[in-house]
Amino acid sequence: MTEIRVGHLYPEYLNIYADRGNIAVLANRARWRGIDLVVEPVSVGEELRPGAHDLLYVGGGQDREQALIAPNLAAKGDAIREAVDGGAAVLAVCGGYQLLGRFYRDRGGAELPGVGLFPLHTVAGERRLIGDCLLECELERGEKRTLAGFENHAGLTQLEAGAEPLGRVIAGFGNDGESGFEGCRVGTAIGTYLHGPLLPRNPWLADWLLARALAHRLGEAPELASLPDGLEQEAHLVSAARARSRGGRF
Amino acid sequence: MAVARAAARLSRLAGTGGGTTVPGKVLSALDPDALDRLAERLPLGSALVSATNGKTTTTAMVAEILSPRIRLAHNASGANLVSGVTSTLLSARNAELGLFEVDEAALPEVARRVKPRAVCLGNLFRDQLDRYGELEHVAERWRAAVRDLPAEALLVVNGDDPQVGDLSRERPGALVFGLDDTRHARPELQHAADSKWCLSCGHPYEYAAAYVGHLGDYRCPACGHGRPPLEVAARDVELRGLEGADFTLAAPAGERRVRLAVPGLYNVYNALAAASLALALGAELDDVQAGLERFGAAFGRFERITVGERGLLVLLVKNPAGANEALHTLVQGGAPKLAVLALNDAIADGRDVSWIWDVDWEPLLAGLDRVVVTGERAAEMALRCKYGGFPPEAIEVVPELEGALDRGLELTPAGGELVMLPTYTAMLALRKIVSERGFVRPYWERAA
Repeated sequence: MTEIRVGHLYPEYLNIYADRGNIAVLANRARWRGIDLVVEPVSVGEELRPGAHDLLYVGGGQDREQALIAPNLAAKGDAIREAVDGGAAVLAVCGGYQLLGRFYRDRGGAELPGVGLFPLHTVAGERRLIGDCLLECELERGEKRTLAGFENHAGLTQLEAGAEPLGRVIAGFGNDGESGFEGCRVGTAIGTYLHGPLLPRNPWLADWLLARALAHRLGEAPELASLPDGLEQEAHLVSAARARSRGGRF
Repeated sequence: MAVARAAARLSRLAGTGGGTTVPGKVLSALDPDALDRLAERLPLGSALVSATNGKTTTTAMVAEILSPRIRLAHNASGANLVSGVTSTLLSARNAELGLFEVDEAALPEVARRVKPRAVCLGNLFRDQLDRYGELEHVAERWRAAVRDLPAEALLVVNGDDPQVGDLSRERPGALVFGLDDTRHARPELQHAADSKWCLSCGHPYEYAAAYVGHLGDYRCPACGHGRPPLEVAARDVELRGLEGADFTLAAPAGERRVRLAVPGLYNVYNALAAASLALALGAELDDVQAGLERFGAAFGRFERITVGERGLLVLLVKNPAGANEALHTLVQGGAPKLAVLALNDAIADGRDVSWIWDVDWEPLLAGLDRVVVTGERAAEMALRCKYGGFPPEAIEVVPELEGALDRGLELTPAGGELVMLPTYTAMLALRKIVSERGFVRPYWERAA
């Protein structure tokens, strides 16, 4: 049986917005296609072994928990960047997204070190940006898709010149509430503020990540069988409508 | 104030609610210091109860204990912001003691204005992050509020919650309660546990016993920060499924065996909090025991209603820790074959529905033949079931609540009981439907 190996970074620290929902979606959608998804926690005491994972997942945490693991995560920076260079997929959500950038600076001016995978940095703002959010993405040229989620962040994220955002904000705040963009993409790595969790109501992104992970494992991306996604589409539509009616407002 | 009282009647006449917050809002707009002055008039002062989970039930238990001897101003309907407390004081003119459940975020302001003689703090769990923000921030605001309490005020805290128990160190003479029965410890910390890292040094706590979420007997192996000594404890707990729970209440004044008519370990915690606060306010141990034993559930939290030939069991679910306990108790009491899950996303429910993914629904799902999902976010709830391993063909999506209730009743045999698990606004809507059909009274009548 084909296997996808997932490295889940700091699951006991970074799990604030139901990150295990994202993992459950990846595992089930792999299993329904006869693929086994093996999830290995990679925490404070563990090394990230080169080539060991096809997909890395980093969730969000509360401020205190992020501060507790940030130095340890930053020390894994070389291994994470090498994994992405080698074609492994990454999904980083909220706090995980911030910490894969260059640094996070809090309201008092103290900085948490970042991994430097995403060319961006984050500075805490005065108000939290909270609400439903809808994006338009084009991860593959000519294929425009929407992502519907919920954002809740005090950090304002600035992409560096030339950095590729994950998507254009249709409704909601996005990276900093002003640029009109949300998230960041570097090759097979995706970072975003959107939780909800993100993948149940956006199964196309789950399948995109599974395809990248399979390509890393097998050397080429196989065609993934389509699945009955009626409930997922319905949840997507409700969430998208929420973003249009009440996203991006204080 | 006459204007505000008139507003209460108007609110009820307009059919928009029980008039439980409108008069307070009107009065606060007309007179910003109204709450301070209304509270000052109470001859026995005020007592406040706050917690993420159980504040309505705990406060109602305290009311049951004290009400035979003391006239109370009690916000029994759950209107627990400044406006709700003000409204309660307006409509209880002859009260001797104010007894208020208070929203976690509103606690600092209510405490500053009411100047309570006792404050009981139960627990802090992640809850509606879109509204309250992170747990640590709520805890910091509580700590500041405790420091600002009047010098003579009594503090009552749950020692089993690291964040809350630590507040006892802010205030010498604080009364600490907790659970002392390792037979009911969970084998490991639940997914929804929050305060897992030592407050002093950040090292993971070790648990001699973890009871509900992160509530338990914890100690940091690195620096020794741990659960403060308990002055009021529950021992020898016997859970009687959905029927109730028995425990031995051990207090400085003596011990009593208490037979609760409400189920689950979380209600033992509520009873402990209520007993501790009542004792701190000077109640006799016999009155505490009698009050707790008389107590039925706070409205909608756990409620059995007869609907024609069928029963309806309603269990409120509103955040991961609370929902886990409700589900655990439900399954222990005999797992149902059918359930109706109602998920709304109004402000009072939390607009961010991600919390349903932190709830351990799986023990319930494992016993179900069929699930009906309803509410404004019914499809999201359906996905939670589907990705929790439940067969999609056994999930029925009926977004409209009344239709889902009828579908559930239709699938329930005569003489059977339908289990419904609604979020807060879904629970209110459900009560309205059931009361319009003549099966229950509106809550503001019941609470009075």
